Amino acid sequence: MAFLSIQHATKSFGQAAAVEDFNLEIERGELVSFLGPSGCGKTTTLRMVAGFEVPTSGRIELNGVNITNQAPNQRNVGMVFQAYALFPNMTVADNVGFGLKVGKKPKDEIQKRTAEMLGLIRMPQLGDRYPYQLSGGQQQRVALARALAIQPQVLLLDEPLSALDAKIRVELRSEIRRIQQTLGITTIYVTHDQEEALSISDRIVVMSAGRIEQVGTPFDIYNFPKTAFVASFVGTLNQLRCTVVDAGQGKLSFDGQTFTATAPIRAAAGASVIAALRPEELHFGQFDGENQLTGKVEAVTFLGGIVRIRMVLGQSQITLDALNERKLTLPKVGDMQLVSFPPHACWVMADS
Amino acid sequence: MTTQASSAPAPRERSRAARILTRRGFPLWSWLWFILGALYFILPLYATLDFSLRMERDTIGLKAYSAAFADPVFARTFGYSVLLAVVTILVSILLVVPTAYWIRLRLPEARRIVEFITLLPFVIPAIILVFGMIRIYSSPVNLPFTDIRLLAPLTTSRLGTNALIVAGYIVLGLPYMYRSVDTGMRTVDVRTLTEAAQSLGANWATIMVRVVLPNVRTALLSGALLTFAIVVGEVVLASYLGLPTFGPYLFLLGQHRAYEPAALTFTTFLLTWAAMGIIQLVTGGQGQVAGAH
Repeated sequence: MAFLSIQHATKSFGQAAAVEDFNLEIERGELVSFLGPSGCGKTTTLRMVAGFEVPTSGRIELNGVNITNQAPNQRNVGMVFQAYALFPNMTVADNVGFGLKVGKKPKDEIQKRTAEMLGLIRMPQLGDRYPYQLSGGQQQRVALARALAIQPQVLLLDEPLSALDAKIRVELRSEIRRIQQTLGITTIYVTHDQEEALSISDRIVVMSAGRIEQVGTPFDIYNFPKTAFVASFVGTLNQLRCTVVDAGQGKLSFDGQTFTATAPIRAAAGASVIAALRPEELHFGQFDGENQLTGKVEAVTFLGGIVRIRMVLGQSQITLDALNERKLTLPKVGDMQLVSFPPHACWVMADS
Repeated sequence: MTTQASSAPAPRERSRAARILTRRGFPLWSWLWFILGALYFILPLYATLDFSLRMERDTIGLKAYSAAFADPVFARTFGYSVLLAVVTILVSILLVVPTAYWIRLRLPEARRIVEFITLLPFVIPAIILVFGMIRIYSSPVNLPFTDIRLLAPLTTSRLGTNALIVAGYIVLGLPYMYRSVDTGMRTVDVRTLTEAAQSLGANWATIMVRVVLPNVRTALLSGALLTFAIVVGEVVLASYLGLPTFGPYLFLLGQHRAYEPAALTFTTFLLTWAAMGIIQLVTGGQGQVAGAH
């Protein structure tokens, strides 16, 4: 039995279903992200675990106990909100100690634990400050410390970094992961930012329109997406409409050019399918054993670490990512270029 | 750094005032309107003050004040009005805070209706309110369609009349109290704060006392101040209910005396401002609020 188990959870608001038949088992110490566009039901699911929403049907078990209808203040679940939600009338230390005070812990224990938590978030000197005296990043650290101070069974993070600057976001997410691994605390992390989900998670649950699209490790989700939605939502994806030439051999025809994709293809010869390719698996030039397609350069965007090149192939647009090097010669807009990719980089997606 | 202004050639120098007025970006018209607006409020006040100091011919003095304060009726009516104001404020808070909180938390769709209700005192004059109250509560109130008596006539007892006037004052103060509390709750995002407190194990009583009330304190104080000002100066309800409050006293005094009412008006004005000052002092240390918005 998993530590946290969500079984057939459904939540409707009036006629509209926000979450439909959600099933997930989370092991102790795992960090699982719920990833999806806004309105996909990820926050609603999280709020059901927190107790702020009661499932219309289904069951939630935490450590073997049915908590489906338990009040939020009985669950011992730590929650971090996008808007920080620090109590403005209390100092940092009082915020962190709030849960312990409510739990009627002895004074010296509260002090000790608060100091410990402030150390954990690397803000030991700032206990006397008020929230409005802190930066957004600092406030969110305090919110994290406050949620962890009560030693919750599960830590829930609802888009905790969305209100912060890009640089702080990257810093704080590795901080969250470090703290999560240090404490070994079971964590659910809700985000719409795929990079965040990929970098921080043990497993990712990709959601769309209230349903789970795919559950897997970041590597699997990115490299082996099971649905068209996952493939296009996570990362950039090139999609080429092709005609199947030989399904067994993986041969496809695109714009009069023939190439090989991962075989076998589950479609009959002559069928129209979509071939998918990640931008970083494409490269300029000719390589042995690789497919080649010719296209015209339409735009070159220098992003620092990588150079993103948009090209037109027949009726389709594709994106190609080249790693930056100092000896790199950037292609010019309007150039005709040969693009290569190995057969295993290209897969045929189920037509949706 | 070089200072270019001081080295400007003499012929191009103009008068200082002209330079200030025509300097780019100086909001001349804004200032003009501001000063006109300020005068509109300050001049009558100044006139009242000036008049109140001239009770004795050809000298400036505080005789009007000492005369007004010496009247025992002043102390009695003013004290009575202050007491009514305090009771009104307490009952308003008990009524408005949980209502506004619950609407923010669970019934956001009811907000428009409640806002409309709280605005009714602006639309319905106090005189109509008081006639309605007298009409309904001067005879016993029965359960509709039965002879079961719910309430004895309120206007016949002093306690009943006091209850009526406090209820009336609550209605008059409702727009100010509800709006300031509701705005205060929105500013601190009371809904998320409640959820945060809940997830930390707090029950409703704890959330109310430790989280909600302290964070809407400023709003409560400003609502309370406005209610206080309304109650202390109110005439219509008090005179029709026949209660000896400060408003009717001042009104009566104004018909018989010239200088004392001016002195008292200015005094109540000062007291109200003193109350505002106290609010600033009490809440000034707490700059607002979580920076998430």
